[in-house]
Amino acid sequence: MGSTETTTPAPREGQERDTHDLAGLEAGLDALDTVQTGRPPLRETLVQKVLPPVTAVVLVLVVWQILVWVKVTDGYKLPAPDAVWQEVENAWLQGTLLEYIWTSVSRGMFGFLMALAIGTPLGLIVARIKFVRAAIGPILSGLQSLPSVAWVPPAVIWLGLNDKMMYAVILLGAVPSIANGLVSGVDQVPPLFLRAGRTLGATGLRGTWHIVMPAALPGYLAGLKQGWAFSWRSLMAAEIIAQSPDLGMGLGQLLEAGRTNSSMSQVFLAILLILIVGIAIDLIVFSPLERWVLRSRGLLVKS
Amino acid sequence: MGTTLTKAPESAAHTVDAAGVAARIEHVSKSFATPAGQQLVLDDITLDVRQGEFVTLLGASGCGKSTLLNLVAGLDRPSAGAIATDGRPALMFQEHALFPWLTAGKNIELALKLRGLPKAERRPRTEELLTLVRLDGAYGKRVHELSGGMRQRVALARALAQDSKLLLMDEPFAALDAITRDVLHDELSRIWRETGVSVLFVTHNVREAVRLAQRVVLLSSRPGRVAHEWTVDIEQPRRIEDAAVAELSVEITEELRGEIRRHGQH
Repeated sequence: MGSTETTTPAPREGQERDTHDLAGLEAGLDALDTVQTGRPPLRETLVQKVLPPVTAVVLVLVVWQILVWVKVTDGYKLPAPDAVWQEVENAWLQGTLLEYIWTSVSRGMFGFLMALAIGTPLGLIVARIKFVRAAIGPILSGLQSLPSVAWVPPAVIWLGLNDKMMYAVILLGAVPSIANGLVSGVDQVPPLFLRAGRTLGATGLRGTWHIVMPAALPGYLAGLKQGWAFSWRSLMAAEIIAQSPDLGMGLGQLLEAGRTNSSMSQVFLAILLILIVGIAIDLIVFSPLERWVLRSRGLLVKS
Repeated sequence: MGTTLTKAPESAAHTVDAAGVAARIEHVSKSFATPAGQQLVLDDITLDVRQGEFVTLLGASGCGKSTLLNLVAGLDRPSAGAIATDGRPALMFQEHALFPWLTAGKNIELALKLRGLPKAERRPRTEELLTLVRLDGAYGKRVHELSGGMRQRVALARALAQDSKLLLMDEPFAALDAITRDVLHDELSRIWRETGVSVLFVTHNVREAVRLAQRVVLLSSRPGRVAHEWTVDIEQPRRIEDAAVAELSVEITEELRGEIRRHGQH
């Protein structure tokens, strides 16, 4: 390429290299120094990301079936995998399977969104205002280690056996996680970004909006992820303890019903569904969000 | 644009005539509280940067170069004395300090937005600035996709986006490799001439100081005082390997070594 190019006269001593020369030099440097990044092909993703967990699940099923075959324990204590599958099929054919799931997921999601609306401003205030931080910061992190099931008895007494009580338990479980995630996200914002922001004129609320919040996003997202896990856990604790016809049949109630019916396969079904929903929400909502944020900032290092 | 005054809390208010002066530093001292008591970092610094002038501040470690730059930028207040600048200065760091959640172009646009440029004018101005630093087409690039030299050029474009009369640079090329640094010297010289911005450039690299500046100010260390000043009469454009640059560098280096040596004698 470029065989017809005419030779440019060499720059004279003491004279600036002609602008075309400098531009070319710079373009060359840029090309040499730029890192090439791309997404791995689909096949590689399947082999590296999908195959291992599928193998693990299959392995668990095989071990489970073997344990049933060799009769390690009584049949009513350990149902066979196909008995649990039968339970899934029945619930599906009766149309109740999605109802169980939806009752709990809609409750959990609504509770989580409320926790998000409360935890976000709370976390920001705790992170940015020293007095508030000294006052309630330790309580907020202490609350995280309090199992949210402990809130069920007082919530029942205060609010009665209804949806309000469920949401109260979810909020008490998830708000501290979300607020704490944001606080640690803000704490980890490099001081350089704050200085750069200040020289650009981003101070006060503008600084919070343009610099602090986006810089704290990775920590905040980690807090949201944990907040969802806590929401889901709190809800299950509340549903198992609080039984009432008004509350409908969520996954927690299904689990408790399985115990009272002495139906181990129903208990297994409920546990599996609780687990699968928890994992699915994380995989569908939070993981992609987190990966997108990290990837766009060049923080996702390929191993 | 009005005059921004950064004063020591206790000093009497006085106005500074900033006509023809981009920054006026008058009898500025700065001390920090340490466990061993008050430590004087800057001692009675007086320095003017004229409109359109390129001044380098040179000194060994502990001369308070960066402290002085922070004071001029308004990020900190002097303990005594006064600093007047024509508007808020732009500041460039050794680290590019670009925001990784924004693309290269959006980083520049944020600076335009924060200085109140109407939305419709931001994109065209951003493209202009990218062209100025020879990064056409880098608008949508993420910060981590750029090389070190490209990042510093985006940071320079972002600093220029503030449209300040004064550009403060805190060892902006110190972390770059020699070839890239050399190219960026050429670029900075060109952009300085094209835009007419005043530059106060901090470095510990003597050759770099002589290569770029019209005036080199040597600071002594602990505390920082103006030790010596040179006017660089070498014809622009210069190269870092020019004989005249080397000659003056030798002279300044001797002076700098003398300053450093004093600290070894007790």
